Amino acid sequence: MSDGVLFFLIQILNGVQQGLLLFLIASGLTLVFGIMGIINLAHGSFYMMGAYLAFSLTELTGNLWLAILLGIPLSVAVGLALEFLLFARLYRRDHLYQVLLTYGLILIMEELRSLLFGDDVHGVAKPVFLDFSIPLTETLAYPIYRLFMSAVCLLIALMLALVIRRTRLGMTIRAGAVNREMVSVLGIDVGLVYRVVFAGGVALAAFAGMIAAPVASVYPGMGNQILIVSFVVVVIGGIGSIKGAFLGSLLIGLGETFGQVYAPAISGMTVYMLMAAVLLWRPTGLFGHS
Amino acid sequence: MRVAIFIFGAVGLALFPLVGGAFYLQLFAKIMVMAVFAMSLDLLAGYTGLVSLGHAAFFGIGAYALYLLTPEYAAANFWLSSLVAMGAAALASLVIGLLVLRASGVYFIMATLAFAQMFFYFATGSKLLGGSDGVSIDLRPDPAILGWTPFDLGNRVQFYYVALAAMLTTYALLRVVLRSLFGHTIQGIRASEQRMRALGYPVFRYRLAAFVLAGALAGLAGYLAAAQFGTVNPEFFGWQMSGTVLMMVILGGIGTLHGPILGAFALTLLQELMSELTKHWLLPMGIFIVLAVLLLPQGIGGLALARRKLQPEPADD
Amino acid sequence: MTEPVLRTEALSKRFGGLSAVSDVAIDLRHGEVHALIGPNGAGKSTLINLLSGAATPTSGSVRFEGREIAGLAFDRVARLGIARSYQRTTVFRDFTAFENCRLAAQARLPSSMRFIRPALSYRALVEAAQRALALVGLQGSADRAASSLSHGEQRQLEIAMTLATEPKVLLLDEPLAGMGAEESRRMVTLIATLAERHAILLVEHDMDAVFSIARRLTVMVNGRVLESGAPEAIRESPAVQEAYLGGAEAAP
Repeated sequence: MSDGVLFFLIQILNGVQQGLLLFLIASGLTLVFGIMGIINLAHGSFYMMGAYLAFSLTELTGNLWLAILLGIPLSVAVGLALEFLLFARLYRRDHLYQVLLTYGLILIMEELRSLLFGDDVHGVAKPVFLDFSIPLTETLAYPIYRLFMSAVCLLIALMLALVIRRTRLGMTIRAGAVNREMVSVLGIDVGLVYRVVFAGGVALAAFAGMIAAPVASVYPGMGNQILIVSFVVVVIGGIGSIKGAFLGSLLIGLGETFGQVYAPAISGMTVYMLMAAVLLWRPTGLFGHS
Repeated sequence: MRVAIFIFGAVGLALFPLVGGAFYLQLFAKIMVMAVFAMSLDLLAGYTGLVSLGHAAFFGIGAYALYLLTPEYAAANFWLSSLVAMGAAALASLVIGLLVLRASGVYFIMATLAFAQMFFYFATGSKLLGGSDGVSIDLRPDPAILGWTPFDLGNRVQFYYVALAAMLTTYALLRVVLRSLFGHTIQGIRASEQRMRALGYPVFRYRLAAFVLAGALAGLAGYLAAAQFGTVNPEFFGWQMSGTVLMMVILGGIGTLHGPILGAFALTLLQELMSELTKHWLLPMGIFIVLAVLLLPQGIGGLALARRKLQPEPADD
Repeated sequence: MTEPVLRTEALSKRFGGLSAVSDVAIDLRHGEVHALIGPNGAGKSTLINLLSGAATPTSGSVRFEGREIAGLAFDRVARLGIARSYQRTTVFRDFTAFENCRLAAQARLPSSMRFIRPALSYRALVEAAQRALALVGLQGSADRAASSLSHGEQRQLEIAMTLATEPKVLLLDEPLAGMGAEESRRMVTLIATLAERHAILLVEHDMDAVFSIARRLTVMVNGRVLESGAPEAIRESPAVQEAYLGGAEAAP
């Protein structure tokens, strides 16, 4: 295979990996909005929280796996606490106030991060047995850790799809995404569903931050960047739709990757051009409900 | 009553330079420019019901426009360049409005944020616009008309009055607009888009017009902000800028027009106060915002929702 | 007989496999109240939606003053002179009764893109709003917020809003819903008065009201027209009696 074609294939792998990671984050965002009707600007901060947890817990335990193992329950706990303290009061509020409150939350989380971990950029070491690359040619090699990331994200995506499509919880979630009032009228404990969905979203975002840390490094403001891209994914995919989030994430992941490599001048903008295109064609996203 | 407060406030601000020191003059001028920005967003969010998280896009366009319109070793003409800057912002809001106004609710909010980011990344990556370090404008715009120079924007006191004039003019202009047929239309749309459509109003074009007007005013604010400090950087497009101005509107009292002015003052002064106390002042600021939302549903301007009842405007208030 | 102002032919609306309205021919003439009755689910609301442009027919035609209007956008139909009131009150709750009507009257202007002159200086609109309010008897409440009006008054305001647009056709969707005896009587008198200068389609469950003012009656069952004609003939018709009038009127 020629170098050019190989290079192209590598970009596809990168794009898919990027997209799958983005899916973990965007799925939480789209579900929280679709089910709970809450627009959460602080969602990116959970991603950041995961990354910093990975960093600090790896320092502590010397092992990324342990860090992840410890980090997930911690993230879930944070998610439940936030839901109980703050988000439970946002359900009936105007989007305006949700935006404002979660904006305040971003500020709080950024500053807490600064206080607890400082403002330096940190790296997280890849786990030893995953820290090598598969040689493809004399000059090109593909890091196995990225393949691992893709595999894990894909696995989670499949599990999520399974839960959504095959379990009662999933059915409730899908119903809630289409018609929230109906779900509560049917006597289902909406509060419980909300808590699960919210905590789940936080955990997914945090987990994404954790496994991405070795590759993306850990730095101030990382949450906000990913947040905006996640928003684009949700707009493109349609609110409340896991399918849409998946497709949208892949589209964006590939778009961003190819943009960076083949058209660096406008690479930052490819994401938004994609969004503009979808908005023109389908204002409620590919799979959204109007 | 409202007119009385307005006059009182205007006179107070007009007299302020007599007592205020250089630092506060500059700060208040900055606040008044932000007030223009905030009022433009209130027109959009408070009166038309379009919550935009990307209003900074037009603020930034106004600012960068001044840079692009300033010749290399000379000053731009204030009157001409400010009009062109506003025009550029209006044009951008027309194009973006045509796209984002197809979306509604949350999609709209997210789309506006994303488009502002697009400008941010464009500015960051652009050599012409100085990249992430931004650019500086060496010579302030020159308001000379036929040889006579009415004021010097480089002078703190004079810039203060220019900012004050801009704020008061914007306020007055928006009051007039809100009382016009157009103003009543957009408020009707905010109250019930469906009913307006049922009455026969082509809702889209009025929303677009509001979006463009708000964008043009935001461009003016950005232009003045650039003129005040002589620097422009991609942060002018940033989501923090959009977030801050939205906060000013909401905390000050959305849908009141004077609320954003109050919000601009309150938030900026709070910011100044808190940053004196600690490097991590964003933390108490964030907590303040969260508490404000939980406890004060209608902002400082107070009774924001109640005030939006449309009655025939009485001659006095 | 005068030419019908609004008429449909073979009008049908399907939602997937469900036929909400099938092959309906109905017409409205100036100066008369044409009542539409039928059990719940008969397709009356869908028909009103089709006539007002809120829904697009699957087949058939809707002609207003001879012109085909099926498929035209909602707001265009409204501007042509077809006004409808809603079952659920959809007045602007935070605005005064006067402003509700004034906004409705303003809708008739070719364009509201006016930014300088105060809206209240457009005397024609102000007067149209005041006239509409007076016609329904709400002139005393002009400056009260719509949300502070009683349910019956809000229904009256609904009618006033349709009147403020000075329409040719009024589609009234259960205007008496939720009203007490006194309010209903007032509303019925009002509708009869309005009929003199408009073509009115009245969808109602209140049979006394219907029989007292309707010049013609159409009975719909399961999306189809069962019978149509003078009220007395309908009342006597065995088919109609069996299908509908036999029971008490089904209040929603």
